[in-house]
Amino acid sequence: MLTCKQFLQELDEYLEKSLDPAEYAELHKHVSECPNCFVVCDTTEKTVRVFKGMDCKPVPDDIRARLMDAVEKKMREKSGREDPPGAPTS
Amino acid sequence: MSTFAAPTAFDETALVAAAKAGDSGAFSELIRHYDRRVFRMAKQITQNDDDAEDVLQETFLKAYTHLDDFQGNSKFYTWVVRIAVNEALMKLRKRRSDRTVPLDDPIDTGEDEVVREIAVWDQNPEDTYSREELGTILDEAVQSLKPAYRTVFILRDIEELSIEETAETLNLSISAVKSRLLRARLQLREKLTRLFKNKGDDAFAYL
Repeated sequence: MLTCKQFLQELDEYLEKSLDPAEYAELHKHVSECPNCFVVCDTTEKTVRVFKGMDCKPVPDDIRARLMDAVEKKMREKSGREDPPGAPTS
Repeated sequence: MSTFAAPTAFDETALVAAAKAGDSGAFSELIRHYDRRVFRMAKQITQNDDDAEDVLQETFLKAYTHLDDFQGNSKFYTWVVRIAVNEALMKLRKRRSDRTVPLDDPIDTGEDEVVREIAVWDQNPEDTYSREELGTILDEAVQSLKPAYRTVFILRDIEELSIEETAETLNLSISAVKSRLLRARLQLREKLTRLFKNKGDDAFAYL
């Protein structure tokens, strides 16, 4: 019989379903019979889900402009090294 | 009439191949696609806007310079994230170099895995908040984690690296990643329970 502590230690594997069937069945049995672990398991799964679905705001315009300037400068340096003198830059 | 399909889907593999062949427009397209995620991660780790901007620039400059080293053994974005997290951690170390609090070795009080809040949540608790409110709640929750847990959680659960990739990126053992991830998830779960628990439910009904 699993204890709640043992269940918690295997929680990630249980959520990932990355266990062999016998181990998974044992954990599933525990979570089906233990209301506390059922709630912890369900809310941990939801925790991971809300973070995976969180919005990612665009980079502010000024920061993106400075990023693109820095990268384009690096591109020109590289292109300047590779192109023969007098070659067009675009 | 062109026989080519309209350019709709973002094709990472084709853009990386084009960028490697010298197409700077393709590399710019990769930046435009991924810069927000790199910037978000840099802010989450460094907790400082100026440092995050430095990390953003350094990451894409390094990626551009070392593009030929990318062998396609992982997704391009995973490769970029690994550059970014190392840049961010360097910033953090530099900023805190004169402090004594270690970044990578959490003090184990033995209390992190204690589950204190046990209450059911609504089926979709995130729907009770606006996207903006939810974003603030989640950001603050991640910021409250200790750096060692935070970084593992960001890589594994937000950037969706595998356990193995997370371990390799942070130079940690697989078991250390798993244990930090569990603690991070349980701590976040506990913080969010205070906001997301089903208000109509007795919080102690299951005890």
